[in-house]
Amino acid sequence: MAASKTLGERLREHGVSRRGFLKFCAATASMMALPPSMAPAIAAALEKARRPSVIWLSFQECTGCTESLTRSFSPTVEDLILDVISLDYHHTLQAAAGHQAEAAREQAMKENHGEYLLIVDGSLPGPDANPGYSTIAGISNYQMLKEAVAGAKAVVAVGTCAAFGGLPAAAPNPSGAVSVMDIVKDKPVINVSGCPPVPMVITGVLAQYLVFGKLPELDEYHRPLAFFGQSIHDRCYRRPFYDKGLFAESFDDEGARKGWCLYRLGCKGPSTYNACATMRWNSGTSWPVESGHPCLGCSEPKFWDAGGFYAPLSAPLGSPGNTLLAAGIAGAVVGGAAAAMARKRAAKAETERQPVKIDELEQKL
Amino acid sequence: MSGLNGIGLVVEDHPSQPIEWDNALPILHEIRHGLHRLSGGGEPTLIDLHALPFGPGDEERLLELLGRGEVEADIDALGPTRVWETAFPGVWLVDHRNAQGERLALHIEIASVPEILRSQSEDIADALTRLDACIAAGAGAPNPPPTNA
Repeated sequence: MAASKTLGERLREHGVSRRGFLKFCAATASMMALPPSMAPAIAAALEKARRPSVIWLSFQECTGCTESLTRSFSPTVEDLILDVISLDYHHTLQAAAGHQAEAAREQAMKENHGEYLLIVDGSLPGPDANPGYSTIAGISNYQMLKEAVAGAKAVVAVGTCAAFGGLPAAAPNPSGAVSVMDIVKDKPVINVSGCPPVPMVITGVLAQYLVFGKLPELDEYHRPLAFFGQSIHDRCYRRPFYDKGLFAESFDDEGARKGWCLYRLGCKGPSTYNACATMRWNSGTSWPVESGHPCLGCSEPKFWDAGGFYAPLSAPLGSPGNTLLAAGIAGAVVGGAAAAMARKRAAKAETERQPVKIDELEQKL
Repeated sequence: MSGLNGIGLVVEDHPSQPIEWDNALPILHEIRHGLHRLSGGGEPTLIDLHALPFGPGDEERLLELLGRGEVEADIDALGPTRVWETAFPGVWLVDHRNAQGERLALHIEIASVPEILRSQSEDIADALTRLDACIAAGAGAPNPPPTNA
């Protein structure tokens, strides 16, 4: 349950010295995408911060969001953030199961009514859908969410499924999946989208709540501007190549080897807002574009249904049967000439492709 | 898959020439502005390299350009932190790592002395109390430093 000790006291209990605390605040500022000069202000606020109760509900999800958070490779800061919140219910992580787990959730909701932070990952069958598609302890996701939201101070939707419906809501959406903000209208909702979200963004949002005791500034999709305020394209280290008109045309051509812009290989960076380009993945080791793969746009609404992952943004949307109509739509945005060029490049790549059949490969082995 | 060795593969050990992303040089201009403020009015500047869109090798290129100066210090607080002055006095690198040696943050601090090296005012007050207690005790070994101070 939420304890009365301040965060500063708890960190000292962990053996964190004042210099260590200053370092923790510097890392937290970096994680929160705040200027490092904010570290003293963060230190002052964290000294007084109380340990909030957090209830984490998982609905139609793959557990990738929880994996992203708990498998992050910078355990000191993330663990400390997790240590200083009171995670009262998370059915993947908690030891309790069955009715005991549900009792813990109900107790935490009762004791911290109006104060707890509700985190949700996964979409849920909407109010008009068959609730049997996803239940926990015999309770429909919809009912559990409504009950938990009633006493929550705010709701954090973690991952694209919770934020926008994600994969379960992709066409033809068999379970009638909806996002959290489709249901929750009377409480603040913060969307931390991504498939999965960058772990430091999840903890950054929690840290911001701990530090300032209020919710961050959000964009039109309810995402925190500190992390989703700039496009992947604008923060991409390959951007200078885009500006020079230097593009990789296939995954193994000279442009790809020289690290040129991946726009023509379907990079969704120009229309995607996320922090991958600066925070990176696996303890800051790399991120998709640095590995030579276009951004899929996983933090944007309906990214599963937004055309092919490898179709350039300027290419027509939809199936060939819809090409004329879709080309008109795309053309209105980026110009029909660009769409025509993309088709021409695709046709050229098709004619030049030299497929290797499995029989031929076997003969070589 | 016993015949993999039969496939003619050529592995290039190194690219023919390193790729220049040109993302390091603009930081030198930002550092110059910071150094100008420090020199003029004593105003320090912090640059978070973690927040910059560097390509592979950009960071190494920047550190190479900045070089090494006369001072280097190691701090053991919440994992190791290494601080060193660059070849440009007043421009410091502060490399925060966790206990596993993974980087938490990498800052360029433009100041006379990096903040993390200074004794914290609360610690100085605690030190005074402890020293008073030591003197009052008359003699003997000084109290050990508090682990959680």
